[in-house]
Amino acid sequence: MKEDNCGTQNCGCGPMVTIPMENSACREPNQTCGGTADMDLNDEACCGPSNHTVSNPFEKPGYKILPYVKRFHHTDNGTYPVIYNDLKFKDKAGTVFTRFGYNRSHYKVSPGLYCSGAPDENSDVFVSANYKISFDHLRRSLKGLDAWILVIDTMGVNVWCAAGKKTFSTGEISTRIKNVGLDKIVKHRKIVVPQLGAPGVSAREVKKNTGFKVVWGPVYTKDIPKFVENKLKTDNDMRKVTFSMAERTVLVPVEVMLVMKISLIIILALFVISGFGPGIFGIDRMVDRGSLISLFFLSGIFAGAVVTPVFLPFLPGKPFALKGIFAALISTAPLVYFYHGKIAITGLIAMLLVAFAISSYLAMNFTGATPYTSPSGVEKEMRKAIPVQLTSVIIALFLWVFAAF
Amino acid sequence: MKKFRYLKNVATLKLDQEKCNGCGNCTRVCPHTVFKLENKKAEMIDFDACMECGACALNCPEEALTVTPGVGCAAYIIQTWTGKEVGACC
Ligand code: SF4
Ligand code: SF4
Repeated sequence: MKEDNCGTQNCGCGPMVTIPMENSACREPNQTCGGTADMDLNDEACCGPSNHTVSNPFEKPGYKILPYVKRFHHTDNGTYPVIYNDLKFKDKAGTVFTRFGYNRSHYKVSPGLYCSGAPDENSDVFVSANYKISFDHLRRSLKGLDAWILVIDTMGVNVWCAAGKKTFSTGEISTRIKNVGLDKIVKHRKIVVPQLGAPGVSAREVKKNTGFKVVWGPVYTKDIPKFVENKLKTDNDMRKVTFSMAERTVLVPVEVMLVMKISLIIILALFVISGFGPGIFGIDRMVDRGSLISLFFLSGIFAGAVVTPVFLPFLPGKPFALKGIFAALISTAPLVYFYHGKIAITGLIAMLLVAFAISSYLAMNFTGATPYTSPSGVEKEMRKAIPVQLTSVIIALFLWVFAAF
Repeated sequence: MKKFRYLKNVATLKLDQEKCNGCGNCTRVCPHTVFKLENKKAEMIDFDACMECGACALNCPEEALTVTPGVGCAAYIIQTWTGKEVGACC
């Protein structure tokens, strides 16, 4: 960076604290938030060796300033982090990793109060779960708005699931409002809570506990600008959940990762079973037949964990177990085309049954990730489907061993 | 959401219109537009869309609504069948 495009007012290279500056032009100290202490943290400092990390006034021993924190906002009641409204590469990469199940239960934000822009005592307060992806969505949609973000502790779980588990709850919101002293920070008495948190939050009780009125915010954070424009009113469309192909597809990686471990164990077992035949156990036979049945098995996994979520509304039938079977019909079709006539029909049937059963089970398990299946419905379908799935597996294994002779 | 419909007539949702005071809370929290206000009374216009999330019952001031809420994934339900202490699934 060039040293000469910085003014001198804050840039003493001497022993005094160096305030990080915008690297293109040295801005005036930010007026709204009280002086130079509100300069952005991540801008490079304007003098000193370029690879030298200049300390900023917010550094504290033992603390680390997180990349999504732009600066700190001082009020009479305390100092609060101001977040970036744009997501950085690191945030996006984090989202991708998390979607693949990596570090999923630790992708959190510390609960407490944050600022978007420079909020004051009249600014709206938005409640968020402390799952980093939820928090990222919220801060992005608050771009250009001066607002408070109250992050509550949901143990790093998103609003919807946390509300179901009652960690996104009346109690947690009430305690958090008191802990941060929200009544001293804002003059009004309302908080915006995402509507999907409603299964865990009784608006009445929050009001009774804290004096704050719950205003239900839109289901999707992307509607927040419109919601704010509407003077904190949701219209019908903002209240509905959707389940588009994109929304379904992002769930695929986690579905796949979740079955990975158990699949490896099952594949091992399939190899072992495949070894039995005339002359008791044959290694060659194990390898040949084991890889064949594993191929069908994987095709079943693909049907249940990938095809079913992505093509959900296009698969016939209402019970997911049935949808899974249709998905497996599709995914195994090329294999059947290739192998029919080349192997005994009993073997082929056995392999298909394995694929159908696993796909049907995984599809049924996907009900947990959809926003429209009722637990009563799921239980009803399971009572019928599980015995069928188990029976198919037993018959399949029997046929498979039989086919070896 | 209209193209997504799960099993019919299974939801445990019940509405007692006698008790309803017409506050409209249920229409504001339900993510599936199950209710509509008609002459100051809540009405179920789409019963089979209910996913038993429990939001309406929790936010009804008159206890006019009841539903058995739960988490609907197979792995979780199997765990409840076997009576094990469960970690929910999502
Ligand atoms: S339980 Fe949930 S989905 Fe069902 S009616 Fe109530 S709010 Fe709507
Ligand atoms: S929340 Fe209860 S009282 Fe209010 S409209 Fe709905 S059913 Fe009636």
